[in-house]
Amino acid sequence: MIEGLLGRKIGMTQVFSPSGEAVPVTVIELGPCVVTQVRNKDRDGYEAVQIGFGEAKAKSLTKPEQGHLAGAGQLVRHLREFQTDNIEEHEVGQLLTVDMFEAGQIVDVTGTSKGRGFQGVVKRHGFSGGPKTHGQSDRWRAPGSIGAGTDPGRVWKGTRMAGRMGNRRVTVQNLQVVEVLADKHILLVRGSVPGAKNGLLMVRRAVKATN
Amino acid sequence: MSQEILNEIESRQFKEGLPTFRVGDTVRVGVRVVEGNRERTQEFEGVCIRRRSSGVNENFTVRRIASHGIGVERTFLLHSPRLDSIKVVRTGKVRRSKLYYLRGLTGKAARIKERR
Repeated sequence: MIEGLLGRKIGMTQVFSPSGEAVPVTVIELGPCVVTQVRNKDRDGYEAVQIGFGEAKAKSLTKPEQGHLAGAGQLVRHLREFQTDNIEEHEVGQLLTVDMFEAGQIVDVTGTSKGRGFQGVVKRHGFSGGPKTHGQSDRWRAPGSIGAGTDPGRVWKGTRMAGRMGNRRVTVQNLQVVEVLADKHILLVRGSVPGAKNGLLMVRRAVKATN
Repeated sequence: MSQEILNEIESRQFKEGLPTFRVGDTVRVGVRVVEGNRERTQEFEGVCIRRRSSGVNENFTVRRIASHGIGVERTFLLHSPRLDSIKVVRTGKVRRSKLYYLRGLTGKAARIKERR
């Protein structure tokens, strides 16, 4: 079976568990995804399934893209590859739906985090900043020392400094599936997931947790 | 479209037949309590000092003066399945939406006029 599906973040709300607890959930529109290509060992050197998600208009796709999707039977906006146990199970044009997941299962969710722009070290890396008082000036949110002196005479690569924050790929592991609404292609996952509303998400079976 | 899906998921959890009550009203709330494997209803009566939020997260806080004059406040989720019943005991006339000022008052000063 394919390891996961593509979806869209709808938003967060809460649902009551049978014991009456309020459970915070993220609502994800997951699929239906169409298989657009099956990668095999002979031709591609590895095995995977490429699936597509999200409606697209013909005018927003290039001719080569339209040609690639011709066999799939529908035009899609996003394409991603997923691993699978057995590529024989999949063929181009096949529809994959949310019912491959079930309530109680543990999943990993990958998305693109919200972009925060250029941020200082206090927000970006959680530095403490300097003292506010005792004769300090301009030291409140400063990074402090960024290295030694003449030896090495430079700043080490990878030193944490101010810069662009967010807008990168983030994976949240081990989220519990609370509910699956198969007829509406909706998945409810306990907790928060990366990215803004309407952002593209990949939901996969958990790598670490044993279901 | 997205908001409609969220509304639908929230609205199927809404309770029906909830009484209308306002801030300032004295209410008696029945709460389901699980003791081991027995379930019973515990009552909590006091003045509703605030109502906040909307949708499935709508909640309210009840303040009562317990023994020895200690004030006790409990907040309940309006649509929670643990909430068994709400009864309006007395309607109150107040001019605030949040009655936090009651926390500083005791005895006769903490009374609320009845609304007719």
